[in-house]
Amino acid sequence: MSLTRVDMPDAHGHFGRFGGQFVPETLMPALEELAAAYEQARQDPSFDEEFRYYLKQYVGRPSPLYFAERLTRQLGGARIYLKREDLNHTGAHKINNTIGQALLAKRMGKRRVIAETGAGQHGVATATVAAMFNMQCVVYMGEEDIRRQELNVFRMRLLGADVAPVTSGSRTLKDAMNEAIRDWVTNVRTTYYLLGTVGGPHPYPMLVRDFQTVIGVEARAQILEQEGRLPDCIVACVGGGSNSIGIFHPFLDDPVRLIGVEAAGHGIETGKHAATLSAGQVGVLHGALSYLLQDENGQVLEAHSISAGLDYPGVGPEHSYLKDSGRAEYVAVTDDEALEAFQLLTHTEGILPALESAHAVAYAAKLAPTMDGDKIMIINISGRGDKDVPSISEARGKRSEAGESLMKT
Amino acid sequence: MIEKQASAGTRIDRERVVDAGFRSETAATGSGNRIDAVFDRLRLKGRKGLIAYITAGDPGYEATADLVLAMERAGADLIELGVPFSDPMADGPVIQQASMRALAGGTTPAGILGLVRCLRRQTQVPLLLMTYYNPVLHYGLAAFAADAAAAGVDGLIVPDLPVEESGPLLTELQQHRVYLIPFAAPTSTPERLARAGQLAQGFIYCVSLTGVTGAREGLPPGIEEFMQRVRVCTDRPLAIGFGIASPVQAALMSKLGDAVIVGSAIVSLVEQYAAEREMMLQQVSALVGSLKQAISQVD
Repeated sequence: MSLTRVDMPDAHGHFGRFGGQFVPETLMPALEELAAAYEQARQDPSFDEEFRYYLKQYVGRPSPLYFAERLTRQLGGARIYLKREDLNHTGAHKINNTIGQALLAKRMGKRRVIAETGAGQHGVATATVAAMFNMQCVVYMGEEDIRRQELNVFRMRLLGADVAPVTSGSRTLKDAMNEAIRDWVTNVRTTYYLLGTVGGPHPYPMLVRDFQTVIGVEARAQILEQEGRLPDCIVACVGGGSNSIGIFHPFLDDPVRLIGVEAAGHGIETGKHAATLSAGQVGVLHGALSYLLQDENGQVLEAHSISAGLDYPGVGPEHSYLKDSGRAEYVAVTDDEALEAFQLLTHTEGILPALESAHAVAYAAKLAPTMDGDKIMIINISGRGDKDVPSISEARGKRSEAGESLMKT
Repeated sequence: MIEKQASAGTRIDRERVVDAGFRSETAATGSGNRIDAVFDRLRLKGRKGLIAYITAGDPGYEATADLVLAMERAGADLIELGVPFSDPMADGPVIQQASMRALAGGTTPAGILGLVRCLRRQTQVPLLLMTYYNPVLHYGLAAFAADAAAAGVDGLIVPDLPVEESGPLLTELQQHRVYLIPFAAPTSTPERLARAGQLAQGFIYCVSLTGVTGAREGLPPGIEEFMQRVRVCTDRPLAIGFGIASPVQAALMSKLGDAVIVGSAIVSLVEQYAAEREMMLQQVSALVGSLKQAISQVD
């Protein structure tokens, strides 16, 4: 039996040749238990009801689909809508997933949750639900990211989470994930691993996707209501890929272009980038077979991006499948282009996007002018940029020292 | 000399490994695998086995070769060579750092196969590679299986490759009579243990505790009951690893299985004496000798 795109993955978590469960034996029973608990929850109407309740009353959903009139006029092409995940409680799409998984953890009787975080958005979203559901929470975060995202570290600690600095490897998201897995393998009987993206071993890519598809389900209904038709394209940034899968998935069977935007860092040709789908090769990291940035000996390379949330050498397996099948397109934009896009959206719409989301805006700004004025584009603004203000100010400082002018007013 | 050969470019190493066609000495027993031969011999003598782990290439291929020969002389029955990986998620700090040192020194999978080929001119001790899946996948499963067999590797231990995903590698390894050692963990369900028992080649790697590699004190809780659960699932030998550092622990653990695996405690000595080769070999030999003695005195 061949699965249709929307029925993926198979019972062992395969999206075509991607995905799967590449973890130590110690964790396999925990993944089986999680998959079974999720399956049970999925068939229980009260689970969905509770999930919807928190999304509405606690997260503040539905998030608006906002017509960006000034941006549209400035770019002079497609009509641009912004899916405002930045307006969610805690400031990003990450909370959709942490609410869903915290409810699962509760059902499974786990009182301790652990998480990895890069930019800190998933860490904050996990610490938030842990506070609300009264769970013990440990967030693993690379030392380099702790430096870059001081504000989010402080927020997590205020929320009562223990932020554990990770000093191994590149001290960023991939190393935080290694450390979270090591904690889980040690405390697997009592601990729920609340993974933040559509990566990792099955069933995570599936369940995180399912919790995030609320973004696309809403966007689809909203655009039908506001424009009376489907959009022509959807643009979203891709790090691990949870916001993009969330908005893409409900449109998989529609004639809509789906465009994922990766971080090209200093430029793909420099080697300092995080463009896994654009420049990686198939490999296994953190439990799944997917595209991966690696060297000629299969060692994982350090990624680079100005955005801590995209600074990851892997990507969710379903994106690899969507790339190879040609259903979605993947492109990359540089740190500089993202910074310019941050400025563009801030100035035209008064919206500070997260640096992650600014990557989607950057590509949209290239694409929209090439489209006719009757075409419709949706950009997923996955999070808000308050957390990035220090990074942006630092980048501005460097630029003005170099005698360049970043800010076009 | 080994250093020079093994560290030459990866392409060259691979060609050498393949060209060497070093297979004449692999047929030690009926199964043609040295692992079975050693466990058969241990069983006949009523002895327990000692499996020693070091990270290959830490601090250099030549040191690894010297260590293998020294550990064999000191009483190690089988030897595991760790293939360093950038993201060793099943390892504790000691082996993580050894992996980083080995990688910084330019260690590669092809280089390690070259090292094994050289070692096979001097020893018939069973050699297993403990490697994460990605370096093998990237090398190419068929090529890795062929080259590992040609070099004289007897088995692979792949901590992030559970039974569910092991099919493609297993198929390639079987063609070359290289074993894929399955794992049993304290969390494994009876169904999973039964499956590991059925598929087991060589021995079953029993993870003594829920956790990563690294020295611990004492015995993990529930270890006896766990080993009994594994025992009823298979007639293959059981090797217990993770957390075993001292002769006292090794002696206690060896009663529960057929062999004990010691890694981090040895790697710590390698790290400590990295700058003094003779001292390093002496210290490692002394530890391996005392571990071997401790498990030999068990009734």
